[in-house]
Amino acid sequence: MGTRALDERRKKAVLSWTDLQNSPVPVLFIGAASCGLAAGAAEVEEAAARYLEKNRIEARIIRVGCIGPCYLEPLLDIQMPGQPRISYSNVRPSDVPLIMESFFEKKEVAKSRLAGHFGEADFNGVPRFFDMPMLKPQVRIVLRNCGLIDPDDLDHYLARDGYLGLEKCLAMPWADVLETVKKSGLRGRGGAGFPTWRKWLTCRETPSDQRYLICNADEGDPGAFMNRSLIEGDPHAVLEGMLIAAYTIGASQGYVYIRAEYPLAIKRLKKAIGQMREAGLLGPDILGSGFSFDIRIKEGAGAFVCGEETALIASIEGKRGMPRTRPPFPAVSGLHGRPTIINNVETLGTLPHILRRGPEWYAGLGTETSKGTKTFSLVGKVRRTGLIEVPLGITLREVVFDIGGGTLKPFKAVQTGGPSGGCLSEEFLDTPIDYEHLAAAGSIMGSGGLIVVDSDTCIVDTAKYFLGFTQKESCGKCVPCRVGTRHMVKLLDKICDGKGELADLEKLEKLGRTIKNGSLCALGGTAPNPALTSLKYFRPEFIAHVKDKRCPAVVCKSLVNYRVIAGKCTGCQRCVSVCPTGAITGPRSEPHNLDRSKCIKCRSCYEICRFDAIAGDAIVIES
Amino acid sequence: MKGRDLLADGGLAGLRREFKGERGDLIPVLQRVQEVHGYLYPDAIRGVARWLKISENEIFGVATFYAQFRFHPPGRHHLRVCLGTACHVRGGEQILLTAEQRLGVGTGETTADGEYDLDRVACLGCCALAPVVAVDEKVHAQMSVLKIQRILDGHKSS
Repeated sequence: MGTRALDERRKKAVLSWTDLQNSPVPVLFIGAASCGLAAGAAEVEEAAARYLEKNRIEARIIRVGCIGPCYLEPLLDIQMPGQPRISYSNVRPSDVPLIMESFFEKKEVAKSRLAGHFGEADFNGVPRFFDMPMLKPQVRIVLRNCGLIDPDDLDHYLARDGYLGLEKCLAMPWADVLETVKKSGLRGRGGAGFPTWRKWLTCRETPSDQRYLICNADEGDPGAFMNRSLIEGDPHAVLEGMLIAAYTIGASQGYVYIRAEYPLAIKRLKKAIGQMREAGLLGPDILGSGFSFDIRIKEGAGAFVCGEETALIASIEGKRGMPRTRPPFPAVSGLHGRPTIINNVETLGTLPHILRRGPEWYAGLGTETSKGTKTFSLVGKVRRTGLIEVPLGITLREVVFDIGGGTLKPFKAVQTGGPSGGCLSEEFLDTPIDYEHLAAAGSIMGSGGLIVVDSDTCIVDTAKYFLGFTQKESCGKCVPCRVGTRHMVKLLDKICDGKGELADLEKLEKLGRTIKNGSLCALGGTAPNPALTSLKYFRPEFIAHVKDKRCPAVVCKSLVNYRVIAGKCTGCQRCVSVCPTGAITGPRSEPHNLDRSKCIKCRSCYEICRFDAIAGDAIVIES
Repeated sequence: MKGRDLLADGGLAGLRREFKGERGDLIPVLQRVQEVHGYLYPDAIRGVARWLKISENEIFGVATFYAQFRFHPPGRHHLRVCLGTACHVRGGEQILLTAEQRLGVGTGETTADGEYDLDRVACLGCCALAPVVAVDEKVHAQMSVLKIQRILDGHKSS
C-alpha cells in the first residue's frame, strides 16, 4: 500500500470516526486498561450488556484505554444520539441499571456518579470532563488518544491523524528528520534525559550492514505505569514512533522489549503490529518509500536491571541481563555487535506529534533546557491518583496539590525517579520539574513515577524499601553495588528495629557515596539516592528512630505497639474474632484486653475496629 | 500437568516450528515451556540444552537470573502480592505477611494441598489502586488485611 492508499483509508476512517461521534445508536465506552479492569470495569461492562439485552436496546460498546484519573475508575461513558459523551465514575455494577434507566427510560442525563461530558460547548449544566481540577492543568500530547479511541482499531488512530507523522518523515531525507528532532529539543524520557538526536546521529554515522532499534518497555520502576498505559491506550503511537526512529537511524529490524507483567499491553501490541503488516506499514518497502522495517516483541523475564541498555541487549541475546562497561556505547556496538538505539516508550510516542506538528511547536512547550511535556504516574498518599501529562517546568506543588488534590494527612515528601531517585521534602515543592532542577536537588527526573507520601509514611522505612529493592535487583557483577547495597539495607534494618546508633547514619552516607562512585552501571550509581536524600532532608526522623527509639509515622513494627482504648471499646468482639494469635480477649460488652506478648502487629484488629466494629477507632497503634 | 510434554518428540517438533533454535531464542523458549508446564523441570532444561546446544549450567545461570522462572511445580492458583512503591506505602508488606500466615507458606512456596503458590512481584502497574494483589490473572484493587483474608477464604470454600 502506498501513501495514496493510506490517505484513502484515512479519509474513510475520518468519516466513520465522525459517524461514531454522531452515532444514531447509543455508544457506551468502558475504560478497560489494566487499572480499570482491576477496579472492576469488566463487571461494569457485563452489567451494561445485560441491561441492553434485557431491554432489547441496540447500542455499541467500545473498550477504550485509560484516560488518566485512575481514582475515578471504573469509568463508564454513555453517548446518546445527539448528545456528547458523558462520563460516570466509580461505577459499581449495581449502579449501572440506574444510570442506564435514566438515559433510556426517563430520557434524561443521570445525575449520580456523574463526572463530566466530552463535548466542546455547555451541555445541560453538566461540567466538562476535561475541566476537572485533575485534568485542567494538563497538556495532553502523548496521551491525546488514550481513553478516547479504541486501541484495537487502526482506523480510530488513523482518523485522529495517525501515521501522518510517518508520511511526513518518509518524504524527507533522514538528516532532515534528525534536524527536526534536534530542533524540537526532545530528550530521552527513560530517565537520563540524553538528547535523542545525538544518540541517533552516533548510530547513523557508524558504518554497519545492520542497525537495530529497540523500544524499551521494560518499565521496571515500582510505582510507575506511564508506559503500560500508553501502550494499552494508544499502541500505534508508539509503533509509529518506532518507524520514524528506525527510518532516521537506518535500522531494518526493531524489537519491543516489554515486561511479561503487562499481558494486556503485549496483546494490544501484537494486534497493532498485525494491523500494520496488513496495511503495509510494516515489512518491505513501507508506503512505497523503499524503507523496510520489521518489529518483534521480546518479553522480559523479570529483572529490573534490564532497563539498563547493555543489560537489555544481553537479555535479548538470551543471556543473563548483566550490564557491561561502556564505551563502546550501544549506538556504536549494541545488539549482536551492531549499532543499536534503545529509546523509551514515551520518547517514541512523542515523535509522531513532533513530525506532524513541527519542532517549533514542541519546543514552545516546557523550559529552556527541558522541552515538551512529560507523563507521570501520580500515586501514593495523594487524593487524586492516576496518569498525568504536564509541560516540563511545572512545579511539584502544582502537580501534588492542584492536580493531585493534596494529601489526606499532612504532606511529607514526594519521591521522584523511583529507586534511583530521591525523596524531596516540602521545601522543594516550588521546584520546577525538569532534568536540571531535580538533579540539583539530589534526585532525578527518572521515567516518571511520582510517589507522594504523608505523615503516615515513615521515611526510614521508605528508604529501606528502595534499598531493599535495588539490593535484590542488583545483578551482582560489581562489588560496590552487590555488597554495598546489602550493607546499607542491614544498617537501615537496624535503625527500623530500634537498634541503630548515630554513627550508623554516617556509615550510611559514606557507603552511599562509595557505591555511587564505584558502581559499573546506573543501577548501582543511583541506588543510594533514596537513602542519601532522606538522610539529608529528613534527618530528624532518622534521629527519632536512633535516639528516642520511636517511629514518628508509627510504621516500623519493632517501634510500635497496639492498645485498646478502654473508654471507647464497646466489647463487640469483632477484633477477638480476627486476631490470629489470641492476643485479644475479653467478654462481650466489656472493654477488651490486648496481650502485647502475643501480639504480632498484623493490623487485623485495627482494621476491623476502624471499619466494621461498633466503636470504631478503639484500637490505636502508637509509638 | 497441562498439555503434553513440550520437549518430548511431538512437542519439540512444535517448538522447532515456533523458534529457529538460535541462542537468542533461549529465554522465549524457556517462557514457552513454563507457560505450558507451569515450571522448568529438570528434563526440560536438559532437553532445551541439547536442542540449543548450550550447557545445562548456562541455562540454569540464565533462568535463575530472572524472577519469572520457577523450578518447582506451581499451585492451582497463583497469588501474587504487589510490592511496588505505591503498594508499599499503602501497606503491601502487611498484605504479604497476612497471605503467608493464612496459607502457611513462605513467599515462593506452594501450599501442601497444591491449591496456592505465593509470590511477591515488583510492580503490577496498577499503582493508583494500591495496594493490589493478583489471583491468577485477576487483579484485586485496594486491598486490606481483611480483604485478602476474605479472598483466600472465599477461594477455599468454592
